[in-house]
Amino acid sequence: MQKFMFSFLVVAITLFNSSWVNAAADLEVNTPAISAIKNSMQARHAQLASHYASGAIGLTKDGLIAVRDATALPLKDRQGINALVAAENSDRNALYKEVAAGNGHPEWQGEVRSIFAGRWIDKAQSGWYFQQDGGGWAKK
Amino acid sequence: MKNILSLLALTLAVSACVTINVYFPAAAAEKAADKIIDEVWQLKDGVAVPVKKPTETPAK
Repeated sequence: MQKFMFSFLVVAITLFNSSWVNAAADLEVNTPAISAIKNSMQARHAQLASHYASGAIGLTKDGLIAVRDATALPLKDRQGINALVAAENSDRNALYKEVAAGNGHPEWQGEVRSIFAGRWIDKAQSGWYFQQDGGGWAKK
Repeated sequence: MKNILSLLALTLAVSACVTINVYFPAAAAEKAADKIIDEVWQLKDGVAVPVKKPTETPAK
Protein backbone atom coordinates (compact mmCIF):
# COMPACT_ATOMS: atom_id res chain seq x y z
CA MET A 1 0.00 0.00 0.00
CA GLN A 2 2.80 2.34 0.91
CA LYS A 3 4.55 1.48 -2.31
CA PHE A 4 1.42 2.29 -4.24
CA MET A 5 1.07 5.64 -2.53
CA PHE A 6 4.66 6.47 -3.37
CA SER A 7 4.15 5.59 -7.01
CA PHE A 8 1.04 7.71 -7.14
CA LEU A 9 2.95 10.61 -5.65
CA VAL A 10 5.66 10.27 -8.28
CA VAL A 11 3.04 10.31 -11.02
CA ALA A 12 1.24 13.29 -9.53
CA ILE A 13 4.38 15.35 -9.02
CA THR A 14 5.73 14.68 -12.49
CA LEU A 15 2.45 15.57 -14.17
CA PHE A 16 1.93 18.69 -12.12
CA ASN A 17 5.46 19.83 -12.66
CA SER A 18 5.41 19.47 -16.43
CA SER A 19 2.19 21.37 -16.96
CA TRP A 20 3.06 24.03 -14.42
CA VAL A 21 6.42 24.84 -15.96
CA ASN A 22 4.87 25.19 -19.40
CA ALA A 23 2.11 27.50 -18.29
CA ALA A 24 4.72 30.18 -17.49
CA ALA A 25 3.52 33.70 -18.23
CA ASP A 26 5.99 35.15 -20.71
CA LEU A 27 7.43 34.00 -23.98
CA GLU A 28 11.16 34.11 -24.44
CA VAL A 29 12.10 36.65 -27.11
CA ASN A 30 15.75 37.28 -26.32
CA THR A 31 17.43 34.31 -27.90
CA PRO A 32 20.47 35.13 -30.07
CA ALA A 33 18.58 34.00 -33.19
CA ILE A 34 15.63 36.30 -32.48
CA SER A 35 17.89 39.26 -31.69
CA ALA A 36 19.80 38.81 -34.93
CA ILE A 37 16.57 38.76 -36.99
CA LYS A 38 15.24 41.79 -35.10
CA ASN A 39 18.37 43.81 -35.83
CA SER A 40 18.27 42.89 -39.48
CA MET A 41 14.60 43.93 -39.73
CA GLN A 42 15.21 47.13 -37.83
CA ALA A 43 17.96 48.14 -40.25
CA ARG A 44 15.77 47.31 -43.25
CA HIS A 45 12.85 49.30 -41.91
CA ALA A 46 14.65 52.54 -42.83
CA GLN A 47 14.31 51.50 -46.48
CA LEU A 48 10.76 50.17 -46.14
CA ALA A 49 9.14 52.99 -44.15
CA SER A 50 8.63 55.37 -47.08
CA HIS A 51 7.13 52.56 -49.18
CA TYR A 52 4.57 51.73 -46.48
CA ALA A 53 3.65 55.41 -46.37
CA SER A 54 3.29 55.73 -50.16
CA GLY A 55 1.19 52.58 -50.34
CA ALA A 56 3.69 50.80 -52.59
CA ILE A 57 3.98 48.07 -49.97
CA GLY A 58 1.24 46.72 -47.73
CA LEU A 59 1.03 44.45 -44.70
CA THR A 60 -0.48 41.09 -45.57
CA LYS A 61 -2.98 39.21 -43.42
CA ASP A 62 -0.47 36.39 -42.93
CA GLY A 63 2.13 38.50 -41.19
CA LEU A 64 4.27 39.31 -44.23
CA ILE A 65 4.53 42.25 -46.62
CA ALA A 66 3.81 42.50 -50.34
CA VAL A 67 4.19 44.94 -53.22
CA ARG A 68 0.76 46.48 -53.52
CA ASP A 69 1.22 49.28 -56.05
CA ALA A 70 4.53 49.43 -57.87
CA THR A 71 3.49 52.67 -59.59
CA ALA A 72 3.73 54.42 -56.22
CA LEU A 73 7.46 53.72 -56.25
CA PRO A 74 10.06 56.19 -57.41
CA LEU A 75 11.68 54.82 -60.59
CA LYS A 76 14.99 54.29 -58.86
CA ASP A 77 13.38 51.92 -56.34
CA ARG A 78 11.38 49.75 -58.73
CA GLN A 79 14.26 47.49 -59.59
CA GLY A 80 15.16 46.48 -56.08
CA ILE A 81 11.72 46.32 -54.50
CA ASN A 82 11.13 42.60 -54.99
CA ALA A 83 14.44 41.67 -53.41
CA LEU A 84 13.73 44.02 -50.51
CA VAL A 85 10.29 42.50 -49.90
CA ALA A 86 11.67 38.97 -50.23
CA ALA A 87 14.42 39.68 -47.71
CA GLU A 88 11.92 41.14 -45.25
CA ASN A 89 9.56 38.19 -45.64
CA SER A 90 12.35 35.71 -45.16
CA ASP A 91 13.26 37.46 -41.90
CA ARG A 92 9.63 37.50 -40.80
CA ASN A 93 9.18 33.80 -41.49
CA ALA A 94 12.38 33.06 -39.60
CA LEU A 95 11.20 35.25 -36.72
CA TYR A 96 7.93 33.35 -36.30
CA LYS A 97 9.80 30.09 -36.46
CA GLU A 98 12.36 31.16 -33.89
CA VAL A 99 9.81 32.56 -31.45
CA ALA A 100 8.01 29.20 -31.50
CA ALA A 101 11.18 27.10 -31.39
CA GLY A 102 12.85 29.35 -28.82
CA ASN A 103 10.00 28.55 -26.46
CA GLY A 104 10.24 24.83 -27.04
CA HIS A 105 7.14 24.59 -29.24
CA PRO A 106 8.00 24.62 -32.95
CA GLU A 107 4.39 23.63 -33.61
CA TRP A 108 3.26 27.09 -32.42
CA GLN A 109 4.74 28.74 -35.50
CA GLY A 110 1.39 29.22 -37.23
CA GLU A 111 -0.22 30.70 -34.15
CA VAL A 112 2.73 33.01 -33.57
CA ARG A 113 2.39 34.17 -37.17
CA SER A 114 -1.28 35.00 -36.85
CA ILE A 115 -0.72 36.88 -33.59
CA PHE A 116 2.04 38.91 -35.26
CA ALA A 117 -0.11 39.54 -38.34
CA GLY A 118 -2.74 41.22 -36.17
CA ARG A 119 -0.23 43.21 -34.16
CA TRP A 120 1.71 44.55 -37.18
CA ILE A 121 -1.56 45.89 -38.56
CA ASP A 122 -2.71 47.32 -35.22
CA LYS A 123 0.56 49.14 -34.80
CA ALA A 124 0.82 50.37 -38.39
CA GLN A 125 0.76 54.12 -38.88
CA SER A 126 -2.28 55.76 -40.37
CA GLY A 127 -2.06 55.86 -44.14
CA TRP A 128 -0.38 52.49 -44.40
CA TYR A 129 -2.11 49.71 -46.31
CA PHE A 130 -3.03 46.34 -44.91
CA GLN A 131 -4.74 43.26 -46.30
CA GLN A 132 -8.22 42.44 -45.02
CA ASP A 133 -9.47 38.94 -44.29
CA GLY A 134 -11.07 38.75 -47.73
CA GLY A 135 -7.76 39.60 -49.38
CA GLY A 136 -8.52 43.21 -50.42
CA TRP A 137 -6.34 46.14 -49.38
CA ALA A 138 -7.51 48.79 -46.96
CA LYS A 139 -5.90 52.00 -45.81
CA LYS A 140 -5.42 52.49 -42.15
CA MET B 1 12.23 -1.31 -7.32
CA LYS B 2 12.14 -2.39 -10.92
CA ASN B 3 8.44 -1.76 -10.83
CA ILE B 4 8.89 1.78 -9.66
CA LEU B 5 11.50 2.46 -12.32
CA SER B 6 9.24 1.30 -15.10
CA LEU B 7 6.42 3.33 -13.64
CA LEU B 8 8.69 6.36 -13.59
CA ALA B 9 9.55 5.79 -17.23
CA LEU B 10 5.88 5.52 -18.09
CA THR B 11 5.13 8.67 -16.14
CA LEU B 12 7.82 10.57 -17.99
CA ALA B 13 6.42 9.39 -21.29
CA VAL B 14 2.90 10.44 -20.31
CA SER B 15 4.04 13.81 -19.05
CA ALA B 16 5.91 14.38 -22.31
CA CYS B 17 2.59 13.98 -24.11
CA VAL B 18 1.01 16.45 -21.73
CA THR B 19 3.82 18.91 -22.44
CA ILE B 20 3.32 18.72 -26.20
CA ASN B 21 -0.38 19.44 -25.84
CA VAL B 22 0.07 22.56 -23.73
CA TYR B 23 -2.25 25.33 -24.88
CA PHE B 24 -0.88 28.22 -26.92
CA PRO B 25 -0.36 31.24 -24.62
CA ALA B 26 -2.01 33.86 -26.83
CA ALA B 27 -1.73 36.74 -24.35
CA ALA B 28 1.97 36.12 -23.79
CA ALA B 29 2.48 35.87 -27.54
CA GLU B 30 0.78 39.25 -28.07
CA LYS B 31 3.05 40.78 -25.49
CA ALA B 32 6.09 39.25 -27.16
CA ALA B 33 4.91 40.45 -30.57
CA ASP B 34 4.37 44.00 -29.30
CA LYS B 35 7.85 44.07 -27.84
CA ILE B 36 9.49 42.90 -31.03
CA ILE B 37 7.41 45.16 -33.28
CA ASP B 38 8.17 48.20 -31.11
CA GLU B 39 11.85 47.51 -31.55
CA VAL B 40 11.74 46.80 -35.27
CA TRP B 41 9.59 49.86 -36.01
CA GLN B 42 11.17 51.89 -33.20
CA LEU B 43 7.85 52.90 -31.74
CA LYS B 44 9.07 53.65 -28.24
CA ASP B 45 7.17 56.64 -26.86
CA GLY B 46 7.52 59.82 -28.83
CA VAL B 47 9.64 58.38 -31.65
CA ALA B 48 8.12 58.01 -35.09
CA VAL B 49 4.76 59.54 -34.25
CA PRO B 50 2.59 59.31 -37.35
CA VAL B 51 2.29 62.58 -39.22
CA LYS B 52 -1.38 63.27 -39.82
CA LYS B 53 -2.35 64.88 -43.05
CA PRO B 54 -5.50 66.92 -42.36
CA THR B 55 -6.64 66.74 -45.99
CA GLU B 56 -6.85 62.96 -45.94
CA THR B 57 -9.80 61.03 -44.72
CA PRO B 58 -9.11 57.43 -43.75
CA ALA B 59 -10.84 55.05 -46.13
CA LYS B 60 -11.49 52.46 -43.50
